[in-house]
Order: sequence, then C-alpha cells, then structure tokens
Amino acid sequence: MNQPLIANPIYAVICRDLKLALRRRSDALIPLFFFVVVVSLFPLGIGPESETLRRIAPGVLWVSALLASMLSLNRLFEQDYADGTLEQMMFSPASLAMLVLGKITAHWLLSGLPLALLAPVLALQFNLPTSSLWILTVSLVIGTPVLSLIGAVGAGLTLGVRAGGVLLAVLVLPLYIPVLIFGAGAVDASIIGRGASANLSLLAAVFVLAAFFTPFATSASLRIALEY
Amino acid sequence: MVNWFKFSSPKTFYPLAGKLIPWFGVTAALLSFAGIYVGFFLAPTDAQQGEGYRIIFLHVPVSWMSMVIYLAMAFWAAIGLVFNSRLSAMMASALAPTGALFAFLSLWTGALWGKPMWGTWWVWDARLTSELILLFLYIGFIALQSAIDDRRRADKAGAVLALVGVVNVPVIYFSVQWWNTLHQGASVSLTRAPSMAKVMLLGMVIMVFAAWAYSAAAALARVRCIILEREHHADWLREIEGVKR
Repeated sequence: MNQPLIANPIYAVICRDLKLALRRRSDALIPLFFFVVVVSLFPLGIGPESETLRRIAPGVLWVSALLASMLSLNRLFEQDYADGTLEQMMFSPASLAMLVLGKITAHWLLSGLPLALLAPVLALQFNLPTSSLWILTVSLVIGTPVLSLIGAVGAGLTLGVRAGGVLLAVLVLPLYIPVLIFGAGAVDASIIGRGASANLSLLAAVFVLAAFFTPFATSASLRIALEY
Repeated sequence: MVNWFKFSSPKTFYPLAGKLIPWFGVTAALLSFAGIYVGFFLAPTDAQQGEGYRIIFLHVPVSWMSMVIYLAMAFWAAIGLVFNSRLSAMMASALAPTGALFAFLSLWTGALWGKPMWGTWWVWDARLTSELILLFLYIGFIALQSAIDDRRRADKAGAVLALVGVVNVPVIYFSVQWWNTLHQGASVSLTRAPSMAKVMLLGMVIMVFAAWAYSAAAALARVRCIILEREHHADWLREIEGVKR
C-alpha cells in the first residue's frame, strides 16, 4: 500500500475508497434512490400535463441531483477522521491535495457518475426530447464533479462540528448556484432549440477552476480541522 | 512614520478603537443628515421615475458597502490565515454582521424600489440573485464560526470559507454588464461622465461616505466586544479603567 501511495497517490486512494464502498454498497445506493424518489415526486405535486413537465424538467432534475450528491458529502471524510486514517494521510509523504483529489474522484465515481447515467432514464418521465436527454447527461457529467469538488471544501470545514450535516448544506448550496444555473440552462436551451454549447462551455470553465483550486482549499480546511 | 504593526495586537488596538469609534459615529450621523437633506430636498424629481427613485440614496450605498465589506472581511481573514494574527481574524468576524445587514438592506430597499418601477418585488435577475448569494455567504460565514467552539479553528475555517466565496463579488459587480436583464446598468462609472444630475450624484456620494463611516464605527465597536470576550483572561485588560472582570 505504501509504495503506490507515493508513486500515484490519486490512483491508490481511488482504489481504496472504491473497495471500501463495494463492501458497504447501501451507502452509495441510498443517494441514488433518493434521487429517483425526489424526481418522481414532482409530477405528482405539480400535475401530469406534459408541456409543464417538459418546462420544469431541467430544473427539477438538476436540483434533485444537487441534493442527492450533497447527501453523501458529510461521509466524505468522516469515517477516515474517526478511525485515524485521515491523520495517517497527513503524515504520508504524498501531497495531501493529491490524496484529497483521489477521495473527491472516488466520491464522484460513486455519487455523481451514477446520477448522470440515471438522469436520462428519469427524464423520460418528463417527456423530454431525445436530443435534450444527451445534453442532460453531458451537463451532469461535467457538472457533478464540480459538486464533489466544492462540497469537499465544505465537508472539510464542517468535519467534527456540531450539526455538521445541516451546516454543510448551508455553506455549500450557495456555492453550487453557478453550476445549477449553467447546467440547467444548457438543458433548457436545448429544449427551446438554442444551442447548449455556451452553457456547457461555461460549466466546463467552472469545472476547470474548481478542479484546480478546491483540492488545495480542501486540504487547508482538513489541516485546520485536525490542527496539523 | 507611524508603526502600523504596533496596533496589530489587541492590547494596543483596544484603546485606539475606543478613541476612533466616536469620530466615525459622529461623522456617520452628520453625513447621513447631510445626505438625506440633499437627497430629499435639493435633488430634483427624476424625469422617468418620479419621486420613487429617491430610495437610490439608501439602496446604492448599502449595496456597495455589502460588497466592499465582503472584500474587507476576506482580506482580514486571509491576513489572519497567513500571519496567524489574532486581531485580523477578530476584524473579519466583526465585519460579517454589518456586511450581512447591508446585503439584507440592499435586497429589501431594492424590492421596495422594484415594486413601483418594475411592478414586482423580486425577479430572478442576475444581479439580484448574486446579491442574495452574497447574503447567504455572510450567513454561512457567521453560522460556521458560531458552530465551532474552538476559537482558533473557527477563525481559520471561516477564513477559508470567506476566501472561497470571494469569487462571487466580481460576479455581482459585473452582472449588469454580462447579463442584460431587468436591473438597470450602473448609474455611476469611473470612466465616463455621470449620467445623472450633479445634485443627485452629490447626495449619493455623501450617503456612501456615511455608510463607510457607519460600517467603521460598527465594526470597531464589535471588535472591542470580541476582544473583551476572547482576551478576558489577559492581564492588560485589568489595567484599563471601566473593564470589570
């Protein structure tokens, strides 16, 4: 375990987190079920007219995806914090930011990617045209990593804090708003018939910025949490 | 040459703040009286908006200050994080409630202005929404700091959050240029001549300085309370008159 951790910290941490998740499958599956249930509630609450449903579909799917990916955030570091693994990671010669990036990638593979793959199936309930289903998937594939990246900063800041889960939502949701606007905007634009590429490019720009900065912000927040 | 570092410790800053507060307070009171007088009695009625536009004398200063205070808060938070100086972190947490108040006032006066002019209290326009996010960021900062019992950790965690949220400020500032929506463009610009009457501009500028002075007075008063709270064990506090342990 020691050698790959130094040689390729991101890969080693991803493998470890995926292996851990495979042994506790329900942890990864519950947010997915949450996503399915919440999305299915909207047609019941709003009414079954297909025209209305098509208009609200991008927002509904995106907000539900956002909430579902946030559900698993507070477990991102909690177990490692509780059993001391996180402290060992800080002692390791590998850069903490890279280890954190590995954990975030694993989180995305377990929460964001399944959401993006599941979303087009759920979008069928909302009567979306086929071309928009593609845009929806693409926007979620670009957007959900940003949710994991920004969420990791919040998870680090609220680690071991009273009522951390609710506080995490308060801190992270305002920062998610740009992702929501561009992501839902891309799907919306494709439904109306305008190209989605402008929104997708902006979303990709947000992703690049977040991917560069948030691993450092997260490792800073973890150092603060552990006073290391 | 004044040695500014001398005032970077709570011990020397506490009496200085005490001396500065009345000056800023009186300045704020005088300037707001002057600004309100200019705004309500000297400024002409607007050609398009009638009398309703006069809320600009409150709306613009509080909106600017809500952004400026966030930048100041993030600046002090960053200084506190880098140099590990206690007073900077205290300044950051002293500024947050005033900033939140101004962001709230900005949204509320904007709603009062929007109702007669646009016919609606609220639209999901880029500038309004980003100002709302700013209010959420202030609330998040305050909530995070009050949720952590260990003061040093609270300071540092708040600092990281303030720095992450600072990306929002330019978005608010440029939102009227980037998105062409209901909110009107900037009335005042540094690069071109003002598009409003001289007297209106004067009233607004006076109110902006009043808001600055008020923020300084409020933040200094609050930082004094924070110093008393956190340094209650220190010996130097006993030597200051009027401070009971």
